[in-house]
Amino acid sequence: MAAATANRLAGRFGPYGGRYVPETLVAALDELEHAYAEAQADPDFHLKLDSLLRDYAGRPTPLYFASRLTEALGGAKIYLKREDLLHTGAHKINNCLGQALLAVRMGKKRIIAETGAGQHGVASATVCALFGLDCVVYMGEEDMRRQELNVYRMKMLGAEVRGVSSGSRTLKDAINEAMRDWVTNVRTTHYLLGSVLGAHPYPTMVRDFHRVISREARAQILEKENRLPTAIIACVGGGSNAIGAFYEFIPDKEVRLIGVEAGGRGSQLGEHAARFSGGSPGVLQGTYSYVLQDDNGQIALTHSVSAGLDYASIGPEHAALHDSGRAEYTSASDAEALEATLRLARTEGIIPALESAHAVAECIRLAPALSPRDILIVNVSGRGDKDMGILTRELHLGN
Amino acid sequence: MPLQFSAKPGLVAYITVGDPDLATTHNIAIAAIDAGADVLELGVPFSDPLADGPVIQRASERAVKNGTRLHDVLALAATLRTERPAVGLVIFTYYNPVLRFGLENFCDAAEQAGIDGVLITDMIVEEAVEYLAAARRHHLAPIFLAAPTSPDDRLERIAAASQGFVYAISRTGITGAQKSLTSDAEQLVRRLRRFTKLPIAVGFGISSPEQFAAVGEFADAAVIGSALVATIEQAGPKHAASSIARFIQGLRGAIKEPAVPAR
Ligand SMILES: Cc1ncc(COP(=O)(O)O)c(C=O)c1O
Repeated sequence: MAAATANRLAGRFGPYGGRYVPETLVAALDELEHAYAEAQADPDFHLKLDSLLRDYAGRPTPLYFASRLTEALGGAKIYLKREDLLHTGAHKINNCLGQALLAVRMGKKRIIAETGAGQHGVASATVCALFGLDCVVYMGEEDMRRQELNVYRMKMLGAEVRGVSSGSRTLKDAINEAMRDWVTNVRTTHYLLGSVLGAHPYPTMVRDFHRVISREARAQILEKENRLPTAIIACVGGGSNAIGAFYEFIPDKEVRLIGVEAGGRGSQLGEHAARFSGGSPGVLQGTYSYVLQDDNGQIALTHSVSAGLDYASIGPEHAALHDSGRAEYTSASDAEALEATLRLARTEGIIPALESAHAVAECIRLAPALSPRDILIVNVSGRGDKDMGILTRELHLGN
Repeated sequence: MPLQFSAKPGLVAYITVGDPDLATTHNIAIAAIDAGADVLELGVPFSDPLADGPVIQRASERAVKNGTRLHDVLALAATLRTERPAVGLVIFTYYNPVLRFGLENFCDAAEQAGIDGVLITDMIVEEAVEYLAAARRHHLAPIFLAAPTSPDDRLERIAAASQGFVYAISRTGITGAQKSLTSDAEQLVRRLRRFTKLPIAVGFGISSPEQFAAVGEFADAAVIGSALVATIEQAGPKHAASSIARFIQGLRGAIKEPAVPAR
């Protein structure tokens, strides 16, 4: 069993991670793991990906000093990492470009993806258009309703959007349906998973495709301030933008890493998506991590105003960072996120995605208590165009 | 251990426990055993059955909704063990309810209930070190799935880790009926046969007497799942048990030769 043991360790973060999937998928996960390892060792793959990230997606993204927000909060100096400026409007494109190149290398011509907020669906549809691949995106019907603009964007790009009507009709249900499709069409199809979730190698691979966020941010802050920040703040749905924003700072022990989960509208099970305060270790959709569940191991319903954070589990590497104490996790409520969206719009002229607004909300709470010597970097993972329907209703902009 | 098949092909009957309710499941189970099921797979309802098609998804949803827990599945098993000592009893589950119950606790309780084997849908051999140890301590047969996509080296490990029987998935896909059996199933059984002397049961999508008989030509047993669950759904609580009895007798009726003892 030596090979099995080695395999097992490769996808583990402390006790978390692993590969809890139907047997039918194992060969495809192995194939993906090998293709990814080969690509990693191939300079041509990196050249291609880097040039796409630069010329197509718009990297590097700016690290912007938010002087008016800094002044208004009267504490730490605030910088925004502008992932919202990327093509398609969120960090998700980093991972989609990487995985699309892998799909082409593996000769898979059909792509499936799940999406919550629709940003990963749009980024998937985009790379499929770019590489001439067939694209099917699974999306909960509730999310199709609240992120309608992104449904049309996916269709415009030539993707087929399949509504999912099971469960709470949100992200978790879309992932179930995508996995059912994958198990059925595994020989021809690549599953372009959109966060650091699922079975090995996804959490590692998706993290690597987003590491560029912290690689850039670290160099940028050293150039601008000649020192490291006090803290990095990022919202955590599955955890891809957060791990990307944290990763290169992990060895810098003095830098606080702060993940912000969805506090929703209350602390009872079903009213939020704060996995670290309300969840416990379990297996959901291929990986062992913190899960919101009841006493019988049934997965709980979740709620968040932001579709991208509305999910019952969290990437396994975050579970390990949580347990070791290297990263801290907190939550922001629906109301705080909405308030933060308005605040950033009015002070800096930037409308963040409701997901990213959770990170902004934590910055608003934290900054006043810090000194002007402190530096906060907030990862603005996406822009808020997709949320205008919700914002119009919740903030009464129609009046 | 009564994980044995008295006729060829042997019949493994899957039912989702708690659909439509526990009392009806008990009646259905007895009816299935008396109609000729060699092994009963007691499905633990789960909120996120990602390897299942619409029929078992709906059954699982109904059972979760009416509060059926792993505890209830084990209690039902204990009753069945007393009432029908010769039947093979297998718990069929996703991993999370077991984890939540506690792996060791679960294996202990399953042994107490008289369970013979356990099949965890989302458990693969590489992740099974603790599970295999706990199953061994409690004399439970771990049953693993083998898929048409599994290469030979994996089939070898799956066969080595399994006891009781090996479950060969007839095709890539989720549970649910299909019109015709693909050549995937027979090829898989032939490949698997090189690595094991255990009985091989073929499952996923077998619903008609003809398919049941066809599986008997190349495998030791057939698993009937969605077809039974759909029959239960259509019959309603009052007629579920009698419909299942008739369905299973219908399957057996398709076997023309007299029953021969399994090897
Ligand atoms: C803008 C934005 N930020 C964050 C997320 C949450 O995902 P993750 O935690 O993987 O970054 C999403 C997901 O839809 C998103 O669209």
